[in-house]
Amino acid sequence: MTQTSAAAPAWTTRRATGCPFDPPPARSGLLGREPISRVTLWNGGTAWLVARHADQVALLRDERVSADNRRPSYPSLSAASEATRAHNRAFITMDEPEHNEQRRKFTGDFTIKRMEALRPRIQEIIDELLDAMEESGPPADLVTSFALPLPSLVICELLGVPYEDHAFFQRASAYLVDTRSTVEDALTASTELVEYLGDLVERKVSAPGDDLLSRLATGYLATGLSTREECANEARLLLVAGHETTANMIALGTCALLQHPEQLAAVRDGDPRLVAGAVEELLRYLTITHMGRRRVALADIEIGGTTIRAGDAVICAGDLANRDPEVFEDPDELRVDRQARRHLAFGSGPHQCLGQNLARVELQLAYPALLRRFPGLRLDRPLTEIPFRTDMAVYGVHELPVTW
Amino acid sequence: MRVSVETDKCCGAGQCVLVAPEVFDQRDEDGVVIVLDEAPPAEVHASVTEAAQLCPAAAIALS
Repeated sequence: MTQTSAAAPAWTTRRATGCPFDPPPARSGLLGREPISRVTLWNGGTAWLVARHADQVALLRDERVSADNRRPSYPSLSAASEATRAHNRAFITMDEPEHNEQRRKFTGDFTIKRMEALRPRIQEIIDELLDAMEESGPPADLVTSFALPLPSLVICELLGVPYEDHAFFQRASAYLVDTRSTVEDALTASTELVEYLGDLVERKVSAPGDDLLSRLATGYLATGLSTREECANEARLLLVAGHETTANMIALGTCALLQHPEQLAAVRDGDPRLVAGAVEELLRYLTITHMGRRRVALADIEIGGTTIRAGDAVICAGDLANRDPEVFEDPDELRVDRQARRHLAFGSGPHQCLGQNLARVELQLAYPALLRRFPGLRLDRPLTEIPFRTDMAVYGVHELPVTW
Repeated sequence: MRVSVETDKCCGAGQCVLVAPEVFDQRDEDGVVIVLDEAPPAEVHASVTEAAQLCPAAAIALS
């Protein structure tokens, strides 16, 4: 944001009518024509918009690129997210070596082995939710009956957050991911959430359970290695990230599969190996983190024939990287049997999603279970009337009316 | 093929374990990479190469 240019088009997440799964038309053609371009942000500043997969991987792995949102030129999402950035002070907005030191408090809780061990419990939660959905429908809103409660229940058990408080933290979290929230509403929601989680972690010091926040309480808060504020901010990150993202992948992924009946049948009837590949493809094709990875250059960096200057804001648009024909053949096609593992839906570099293997297990179990339970599943409303989450930090659907 | 890792850089994303579980594992306490086989057999070279490419932190080196 060191220069402003009247010519730089505005950052937008608006999709073309009838193409809710494709990147915004404002960015179509950038991959071939202008792989590194300028965009104007909500506050009038500008940022470099990086389109190509290879350039994004290089930048996101580059130690000369900072994720620290306290830097003056950091390209924040909205006025609301800028106002709450003190609460965002967690490993996700730190640079090395502090980032990895803090992240490693949690990496042991998200290993492949631990996530695999959760499969039976996640399957049980899925079966219970589908039972309830079957008993009370059709029709149903897939978001409230399945897509949201599943990851919410799972992350609550993993963190040790009482699920009975879900109405409170889901509402607070919705304010935080809505780029249209007023500064006042976002600050209130964020403050309430960190207060709630700070109290919870403090209670766990004397009454720990077998959960992540108890380990944070006894290993870090009680020993003075972390403050209450640090613990609360980290808990806030894990709680919000833990359910907003997977919930939207379940609902939007189902919506996309319903538009592609052959792909849906392949997932419904596929073996676990095919389903695992299909999940990677859905992550690639949908890229629900549609606001891009936001960074600030710390030095002059030559990339793709352009010089990004020290202090410049950078947005790595994962939705474009995931449609890069240099990496994915016929990238605009949803093909659940393709090799999609190189997608950047979880980002790249040392900040790549901590919870990605939890999301994988949830999605690998959720799609086939839903499609097998309701073989006649279909939208209960035309696609054009589905409310897509254009203005939210995480893309998806606000509701998905389905019948069977 | 020789496999070496920079454990300081490892961010515990687990990509290597997903792609080449014969060669990579993670420490239970912090998810940091463990190399199970520093000179893996030819049949897993393709998956080890993919693991090195996918590693978000570029912590895996092959020689």
